[in-house]
Amino acid sequence: MKNPSRSFALTVSLALSAAGAVVLTQPQDDAPIPERSQVDLIIGDRIGSQPRFAVPDCLAPGGEPELVSAGRILAQVLWDDLEFEREFRMLPRDTYATVPPARSVTDLPFRAWQELGADGVVSCSLTGLPDGRVSVQARLFNTRSLESAFGVEYSGTLRNVRVYAHELSDEIHRQQRGLEGVARSRITFVSDRDSESALGLVENRRTKEVYVADYDGANVQRVTVSRSLNVTPTWSVNGRAIAYTSWRSGPPDVFISHIYEGRLESPLGGTVEVHNWLPSYSPDGRYIAFTSNRDGNPEIYISRTDGTDLRRLTNHPGIDTSPTWSPVGLQIAFTSNRTGSPQIYVVGVDGTGLRRITFESYCDRPTWSPAPYNEIAYASRTGPGYDIKVVDLATNEVRQLTFGLGSNESPSYAANGRHLVFSSDRSGDRQLFLIGRDGRGLRRITNSGNNEMPGWSK
Amino acid sequence: MWGIHLGSLARRSAAVLVLAALAGGSCVRNPPPVEPEPTAPPPGAEAAARARPDTPAPRPSPRPTAPQPPPPVLPEEDEFTARSLEEINRDSPLSPVFFPYDSSELDAEAQTVIQANADVLVQFPTWVVTIEGHCDERGTPEYNLGLGERRALAVRDHLVRLGLPASQLRTVSYGKEFPFVPGSDETSWAANRRAHFVITAQ
Repeated sequence: MKNPSRSFALTVSLALSAAGAVVLTQPQDDAPIPERSQVDLIIGDRIGSQPRFAVPDCLAPGGEPELVSAGRILAQVLWDDLEFEREFRMLPRDTYATVPPARSVTDLPFRAWQELGADGVVSCSLTGLPDGRVSVQARLFNTRSLESAFGVEYSGTLRNVRVYAHELSDEIHRQQRGLEGVARSRITFVSDRDSESALGLVENRRTKEVYVADYDGANVQRVTVSRSLNVTPTWSVNGRAIAYTSWRSGPPDVFISHIYEGRLESPLGGTVEVHNWLPSYSPDGRYIAFTSNRDGNPEIYISRTDGTDLRRLTNHPGIDTSPTWSPVGLQIAFTSNRTGSPQIYVVGVDGTGLRRITFESYCDRPTWSPAPYNEIAYASRTGPGYDIKVVDLATNEVRQLTFGLGSNESPSYAANGRHLVFSSDRSGDRQLFLIGRDGRGLRRITNSGNNEMPGWSK
Repeated sequence: MWGIHLGSLARRSAAVLVLAALAGGSCVRNPPPVEPEPTAPPPGAEAAARARPDTPAPRPSPRPTAPQPPPPVLPEEDEFTARSLEEINRDSPLSPVFFPYDSSELDAEAQTVIQANADVLVQFPTWVVTIEGHCDERGTPEYNLGLGERRALAVRDHLVRLGLPASQLRTVSYGKEFPFVPGSDETSWAANRRAHFVITAQ
């Protein structure tokens, strides 16, 4: 650790893998996660400081304008992705002017990068292939040892060059920090950006539809085209389906849209009488918790995703709603107004062990964090509007992430538990924002229309 | 008061209502002229009469010359039967029920309104009414879905206690998604905390 030559983030195995470019199309499930002590070792010579990284534009050796432009996008997206996890100190890209361009993906002006203060540089290049596709090569170099921490090569189309950057970012975080990044994750939400008047007998009602976007807000795609109200979308565990509440057949019911198959189902038995809303997938993906009026009052139920094995979880004349699963799947947190105002409660999936979690003026939309964190984020009334708070279930300590700027609602965790997405009207319209679980790193990710009720993929 | 007035009309018009409903959608799409020539039946009614010869074509009748004392002013019998669901709902004989903040309790005023609506519904046993539960913008969107459901169910249950068949009543919650009045003040909020009646079938 005190030896400067050790520098940051190099293990023998990783350095070896740089010898030949690794073709990576799928992240390897069996990739070893470094032990904690190992991670400590590779942090570098500055104890308590983060290694400083630079991401210059990707080279386009052929000089094709579209590759030059793609190289700039790839580098910027990668820089943003790396900045997002805050594992590295990212040197701003507009400070690289003094550094001459690399001669190739492996021939870098290391001295100049050292002078700029970079400990690591991501070097990448884009080469057109005869079949019209493109080859992306990337290396992460240690500017002091001049070693390549690793190298990857992707090939594919230029249609969504951002995907290469996201893949590369996740790879760097995995190899350098043993961290599962979320650069390739997606966020579903509802928006009125394409709002039409809703079908029905009452005029002046506007639709909301379900959308998905990359975690950074790019690449927005519309999921529902129902000319009705659609709210509370949530991802299935495998990321291939979105469950949401829709009024497309009249009363609210839970629909599951299998987005890669174009298949839509409503397995929970909704009718004109039986209404279901606010679906939430169990961690193993086999069950859905939801709210239903089927026994005459809003209560929490769980059932398999095909509607079988239905079980009622709550039994109280108050409103019980907004269920969310614990990471292991043995407990459910939900909102209930049984003491007069909406508060967060936790109950076992067998209906036992009910306990109250919050003691505030008004709390809703609990979202249980993924492991290893054991906390629940929720919206809490703090004035005229709401703020995002997090309660640590081990200590019962509550920490606040937003502070009265607009009304902040509907938090949802990233798969690695380090970030949340929520909606806020702090800038006028309602928009989606990302924030770290420590309250740092606020980012706005939507701009068009009103966007709300986000769900982060798992 | 107007409930009784309506009742006398309704008993006679019930058969017409059913037949008009049977006559199909064509007659419900076209509103009758606002000031009809006494001899010219509405085009929609004409089409309906052709489609089903045994259907008595609704006769346009002049509006009452003397205005009824209290609002809402009910449409004339035959005009009523010829009107589309959209039109009936636009000038609905059923009044909304309002609620206190974060509550689905029915206070005395709410119960009076529900009683009046029950008096109307008794006269129109063929109507199916959807009771929509709505909330003001101050709650969270998720919790408000449950609160709206509770409001709709509270009104539905009260109507059933008053003797209306449950088959005539449906509920739906829209939470805070479809406010009636824009604005962020107590007047707007109060107007949006409601159970709203929509006649969904004649």
